[in-house]
Amino acid sequence: MELVPETPRATTLVLDVPGWPGHRAGQHVDVRLTAEDGYQAQRSYSIASPPGAGRIALTVERLEDGEVSPYLVGELRPGDRFELRGPVGGYFVWDGEPAPLRLVAGGSGLVPLMAMLRYRAAVGAAAPARLLVSARTLEDLLYRGELERLADDDEDLRVAVTLTRSAPDGWSGYDRRVDRAMLSEVLGPPADDGRVFVCGPTRFVETVADDLVALGYDPARVRTERFGPTGG
Amino acid sequence: MEDADLRLDGNAAAGLLAEVFALELTTAVGTCGSCGARGEVGSLAVYAHAPGVVVRCPRCDAVLLRLVRGPGRTWLELAGVRSLELRSPEGA
Repeated sequence: MELVPETPRATTLVLDVPGWPGHRAGQHVDVRLTAEDGYQAQRSYSIASPPGAGRIALTVERLEDGEVSPYLVGELRPGDRFELRGPVGGYFVWDGEPAPLRLVAGGSGLVPLMAMLRYRAAVGAAAPARLLVSARTLEDLLYRGELERLADDDEDLRVAVTLTRSAPDGWSGYDRRVDRAMLSEVLGPPADDGRVFVCGPTRFVETVADDLVALGYDPARVRTERFGPTGG
Repeated sequence: MEDADLRLDGNAAAGLLAEVFALELTTAVGTCGSCGARGEVGSLAVYAHAPGVVVRCPRCDAVLLRLVRGPGRTWLELAGVRSLELRSPEGA
């Protein structure tokens, strides 16, 4: 196992999983921890690595009052073992279809969408892609350097970032909460092909999904994954 | 915190359901016994903060499925689901 710090609050765990059957971009795993007295806590974490990458990567945001994330991000040591179920989920997945891919992420909701973008790059998928990601500050933005490189190398990929709490001087991106105008600018007009994947805290996802439908997107093309009140 | 903040998607119950049904259930299409709405299990509303998991219809909020796991047993209630359509793998 390897630990890669991503932001002050998030760490990527790169894991060797014996017998891993392979996964699809967007799937998650359930991590179960069992205390010595038998008490169990379980949480779901999205897989950040693309299908076929060998080891699997989970990016975990540390929640101060969490039961599982402080252990995974702070206490775990190489060689530790814990129970992992997965990959699970067949609903919030992208298999490399050529139709346009539209992604909207709030905070660590970027993790499963990053698996899709990494997969898209790895297989040279034809699908044009647009990503709108919302983060509190630039330091909180996951995979920042990699997103820049991916977008620089690829004219069919557009990445837009909005910073909701504070933006550095000279910031040229958005600096407000995601709204209908922003969705329209980044994702373009509603199309009758391809899917929109929205992932993040529950309230973020519901607001974005409602806005997309109001903009004319077909609800059947909008796939959501809610993380709950604060995130994974 | 409001209940609305705790809502998850059917996808959040994928692992648990796969354990019980031994197949991928989030792409199965369920029909609500109350309002007749149809949707993939992955698109349903899931509340997982209680001791069990409660799945509700995103349109009318009726309870579709309740699942509680205890040591050595699983209790499943499906009274609110009119039907579940399971897709076979292609060619099967």
